[in-house]
This record gives sequence, C-alpha cells and structure tokens, in this order.
Amino acid sequence: RQALEEMRALYERNQADVSEAKSGRTDLIFLIRFRHCCLLRNQRCLLAYLYDRLLRIRALRWEYGSVLPNTIQFHMSSEEVEWFNQYKKSLASYMRSVGGEEGLDLTQDIKPPKSLYIEVRCLKDYGEFEIDDGTTVLLKKNSQHFLPRWKCEQLIRQGVLEHILS
Amino acid sequence: MAEAYFPVGPGLGLEENFLSLDDILMSQEKLPCRAETTLPRLAFALGQGAASGDSIPEGTKLEIPLWLAKGLHDSKRRIISVELPKIYKEAWRTVFSADANVVDLHKMGPYYYGFGSQLLHFDNPENPEIAQTILQTFISRFRRIMDSSQNAYNEDTSALVARLDELERALFQAGQKGLNDFQCWEKGQASQITASSLVQNYGKRKFTDMDG
Repeated sequence: RQALEEMRALYERNQADVSEAKSGRTDLIFLIRFRHCCLLRNQRCLLAYLYDRLLRIRALRWEYGSVLPNTIQFHMSSEEVEWFNQYKKSLASYMRSVGGEEGLDLTQDIKPPKSLYIEVRCLKDYGEFEIDDGTTVLLKKNSQHFLPRWKCEQLIRQGVLEHILS
Repeated sequence: MAEAYFPVGPGLGLEENFLSLDDILMSQEKLPCRAETTLPRLAFALGQGAASGDSIPEGTKLEIPLWLAKGLHDSKRRIISVELPKIYKEAWRTVFSADANVVDLHKMGPYYYGFGSQLLHFDNPENPEIAQTILQTFISRFRRIMDSSQNAYNEDTSALVARLDELERALFQAGQKGLNDFQCWEKGQASQITASSLVQNYGKRKFTDMDG
C-alpha cells in the first residue's frame, strides 16, 4: 500500500518537473500552480495517513505490552517497527527514571486498584503461567483462578483473561 | 475504557489541522466557482474536455474541491472566483434563523461548520453574515444535542444522529461516552480491568494476505 502511494507521489513529481521545464511561457502559470496544489494535497494525505499509523502503533504499546503479535508486525513497515522499538526504549528509560530505584511500570494499574489479588477467568488457552512464588497455573479455557493483580493485568488487557467482579 | 489512541482532531475556526484526517475529508467537499481567465490545458484534469490540450474558456462554472480552491485563489483574483454554495446563501440563512433544529445538516453537506469556517478565507462581502449564521445555528442546535446525548442510554441512537453534521456527531459521541463511563462507575465497573477496544477489534478482524 505504501509502495503504491510512493509511486504515485513520484509520478506527480515528474509531472511537476515537466511543467517547470515549460515555465518560460507565462500563460502556463495556472497549470503550474494547479499541479503544485495537487502535489501539496497528495503530500498532506500521505503524511496524515502515516502519522495516524504511528499514533495507532503507539497506542498498541500501551495496550498490548512490549511484544506485538505477529499478525500486526506483518502489516507494519520496517521503519514503523524500528519506530516502535525506539518508542519502547524511550518509554522504558523514562519509567526507570521515575519513582525510585527499580522504576515504575506506568503501563500497570491504569485504573486504581481495589485489592491485591483478583479473580480471573480464562478466555483462551494460554498454557502455563508462572507466579512469583514459583507455582505454575495452567490456563485453559473457562478455568477460574485467584491471582495477584500485577501479573494478570497484561493478560487481561490482551484479552486472554477476563476480570470477574465478586 | 482507558483509550491510548488519540487521533488528530479537526481544526477550529479559520485554521485547519494539517495532519487531521477529518480536516482532509472536509476539504474534499466541492465548491462552485467560476474561472476568471482562460485556463490552458486544465480541461482534462477538471473533467471538461476530452483532449489534453483543451483549455477552459473564461467564465465557465466549475465544481472544485476546497483544497484546490484555496490554492488557486489569489488576492488579485486572477484565476478563479468563488461562489457560495447554496446552503450558505441568503435563502438558507433565513431558514436557519427561523428554526435551526429542523434542518438536516448531514444531507446538506456533512461538514457545515468546518466548511463554513473555511469559506471565510475567500473574500466575500457576505462573510460577517455567514459567520453569524453559523454561530447562531450552532447555539440553537447545541441544547438539543446535549440533552439527547445525555439521556439516550443503551438505545439505538441512529434516528437522533442522522440529522447532525460531523462536528455535532463528535459532540454527541463525547456526551454518550461520558454517560456510559458514569454508568459504569455507578455499577462499580470502574475498577474492572478490561481488554482494550483495540485488542477486541484485532481479535475479530481476520488478517488477509496483502497482494502485490
């Protein structure tokens, strides 16, 4: 998709070159101006599209966590992947600098927590999941568990677990 | 509920936001205008002639999108002169001043407010009245939008929203979101961690292979 749009932009630029070559004739001024408007318009549309993609990728970092699923990565261009990695690094270094020695994970606790442990139900098969004190929990569909909050938050946001209110 | 995706919103007043997708869509709307001088070779681009060497004679009426009109408009007015679309003319202005609530703004061009603000760029003796009309229309319609957005909970709102233009729809959705959030908080769901809407959308969409 991006390749096609770049091709189109190049073609328009060629047209502009052609018209510039003829700019000795003054009655063609309107044509040049017209083409210039078209070029600017294309440039604006392209930029807005790319910028919007970047905004969505940034949102993905906050929603999904550090690792993006493969299907999404397949749709991103290499520059976007690199941008994502840089953003991850900036975010990580910022989180480290805030809040004491180990830093503060800003992506946790987006809503104010009520308790340390929460009840969750598993929506998809995820496999084994290890908690801090070493016990592993097998996450199969529809199994319910009582787990510490900070471990589950990522998984809930990704849609693997579901938070249940008592 | 906590959304992380913040798209660039439309500009306010005379300025457009360069990167805003809403503004780009809005400036795509067409505007009637008249060619002041002969425009050589433009016939093919503007859809008037078949051969690429045709020129548009002076005085032809054209419909061109707003971005093109803004670009070709010059204070010396050599190239084109812009006419007002009929919704901003005298006849419609009296309709708006009589009762603004009955007008179907979505049908009239879904970007009434934004487009009207951009029209003020082109020098036109009626500009102050246009500005006044737009403002008054907004004021009189606003109350109804606010009322309906705050009181329609869990209902099908398409009947309410059908007659609103894009700016009003955005306001309506903001109101609805506030209402939904408040209801969630009342039910105690505010502390429930939910999967984000982005995640849910990705789960539902099936990824097809890109071809080419």
